[in-house]
Amino acid sequence: MIIGIPRAFLYHRYSTLWKTFFEELGIEYVISPATTREIMSQGMACAIDEACLSSKVYIGHVEWLIDRCDKILVPRISYYGPHGTVCTKFQAIYDVVRNTFRSRSAEFLDYNIDTQTPEGEPKAFLKLGKSLGRRTSSSMRAYLVARQALKADELMEQRLQEKQLDEPGIKVLVVSHRYNIYDKFIGEPILQDLRRMGVVPVLADAVNRQEAVNAAAEISGTLPWAFNKELVGAMALWKERVDGIMLVSTFPCGPDSLVNEIVVRRIDDIPILNLVIDGQEGSAGLETRLESFIDVIKFKRDDYSAEV
Amino acid sequence: MQKYKVSFPHIANYWVPMKILFSEGLDVEYVVPPPITKRTLDLGSRYSPDYVCAPFKYCLGNYIETMEAGANTLVQAGGVCRLGYYGELHEQILRDLGYEVRFVNMARARFSKPLIIYNHFREINPHMSVKRIARILPVVLKMVECMDEIEDYMRKNIGFEVQNGSLAAVYEEFLTDISQVRTKRELRRAYNRCKKRLRRVPLNVPQHPLRVGIVGEYYTIMEPFSNHYIERELARMGVIIDRWMNITNSLRPSRKRDIRNRIKPYAKYHMGATSMYTIGKALEFAKRKYDGIIHVKSFGCTPEMDAMPALQNISSDHKIPILYFSFDTQTSDTGIQTRLEAFYDMMIMRNEAK
Repeated sequence: MIIGIPRAFLYHRYSTLWKTFFEELGIEYVISPATTREIMSQGMACAIDEACLSSKVYIGHVEWLIDRCDKILVPRISYYGPHGTVCTKFQAIYDVVRNTFRSRSAEFLDYNIDTQTPEGEPKAFLKLGKSLGRRTSSSMRAYLVARQALKADELMEQRLQEKQLDEPGIKVLVVSHRYNIYDKFIGEPILQDLRRMGVVPVLADAVNRQEAVNAAAEISGTLPWAFNKELVGAMALWKERVDGIMLVSTFPCGPDSLVNEIVVRRIDDIPILNLVIDGQEGSAGLETRLESFIDVIKFKRDDYSAEV
Repeated sequence: MQKYKVSFPHIANYWVPMKILFSEGLDVEYVVPPPITKRTLDLGSRYSPDYVCAPFKYCLGNYIETMEAGANTLVQAGGVCRLGYYGELHEQILRDLGYEVRFVNMARARFSKPLIIYNHFREINPHMSVKRIARILPVVLKMVECMDEIEDYMRKNIGFEVQNGSLAAVYEEFLTDISQVRTKRELRRAYNRCKKRLRRVPLNVPQHPLRVGIVGEYYTIMEPFSNHYIERELARMGVIIDRWMNITNSLRPSRKRDIRNRIKPYAKYHMGATSMYTIGKALEFAKRKYDGIIHVKSFGCTPEMDAMPALQNISSDHKIPILYFSFDTQTSDTGIQTRLEAFYDMMIMRNEAK
């Protein structure tokens, strides 16, 4: 049996966990390629028109995997314990995918992390292993190894970001959901442009999650969503160490529509750029906005004084 | 001591029980927000982020207008979707605009934790008495139930009045009556009187009237201004309107498991907010051979959007047409009217073809 893994949404957070888990259990898997124009337009054609761009990309990746594997992994997550809830998209995505592709003969594999089951992730993975015909003991082992691998990855990433924060030169904190900023089509062009301009992009999502969630309350007290808490917390922790903040969201992201507004209204001692990506714009408009934002930062730092 | 003048955003006619809850239960003055108009929406959208859902903008407009009317304490409730974060941003926007009001944000309140709710109430009026609120709360809840029941009856019959507006006139009177009510007995009397009068209103129901079910997002489906009065438009066409969603039904937790079992083929998991009810009721309407279903939501409402692929499958499985409305702050009345008329014509033609 071959498991299909869509390279979108939670893949960018859990790829190591999933890959290691399946490898340890000796299960083959295939991952959809980085987002292409075709994947994106397939997603746009299959999804509900006004769905957010990120979910359209996800649907596109699922579509790509149909007929290329036996079962497609579509997890459903509704709760991150004390860290908070998630956007209802992640609660619904399994059923959205199932209903969208009902007429295509595709099978889906899911695990569920819900409010009702406090054991959460380990239990969900044991169940997942069971549905793949693996013994509980081997699933447990695979899960623990996978968790460890993911933790190692996250630590490495955090170290890297910490190191980048100490670099000289202009640093911009890029505040965006992982599934957006790591996407080839949505976030990647932005990171490339920044690097081309000699700016160091620091990813807010690579923060220590526990610290960030605790720090988020400094900026917003009633924030319900775990992912947004991490991002807001990263701003609270790191804003003194960067020269500007860039908010990158996809249209029309529900949580970001409110959270970005709070951020823009409450953080006023550092330049903030609020970028909303809808998948339609050409690269020229984006570049112009990035360049002028970096110009603002440079003027503020007085980097232009020598040239003028 | 300054007198507390409390206000809560509009949703349909529920300001009547709300006023009694605040004035009798919490012993504060309740300022009813001015009726929602174009200005409310304009004010709300001017100061709101662009792509936030429309209910946020309506509530913000309500707050500004109700402060102009003298309110000095604003209340925002919580919710399971974006609604849960409304309060904090509302407060921030109003502060940035320079309004100095008390803002009571109940986002953290859960019905399962009465102590937290009590603390929020204390925040509204520190001198409140538990006895008072315990006395009035059951009356208020019962009142909401009565209103919902009568409105349900009206939706099913208003299309067939011999004289236009006669049912609405009776209902208006009922609302005036119950605003004076303080006990369950008085409530029952007003309710019975209203029902008797409603039954006396002459109706002219055809042999096989069209039946349309309405499903959709919590706020937009209940607040008639925000859905461009589609129920009124449908009534004008002579249609039986069935809408399950109201405060009473949404507060009954016992129904949840029932619904989830029935919609298993379309939804394995709880998809968030009201999407379960939307799918459940749409399926029920389809099975009961209604002539059509209308799905309403505000633009960008994620849970309702996620229910749409399921609705599309219900539509094709049960051969029932579904009309999807997504309301924004820019939607024009004419466009909605045209789509409703086309939907109506289509239902008539399908009926004739049978």
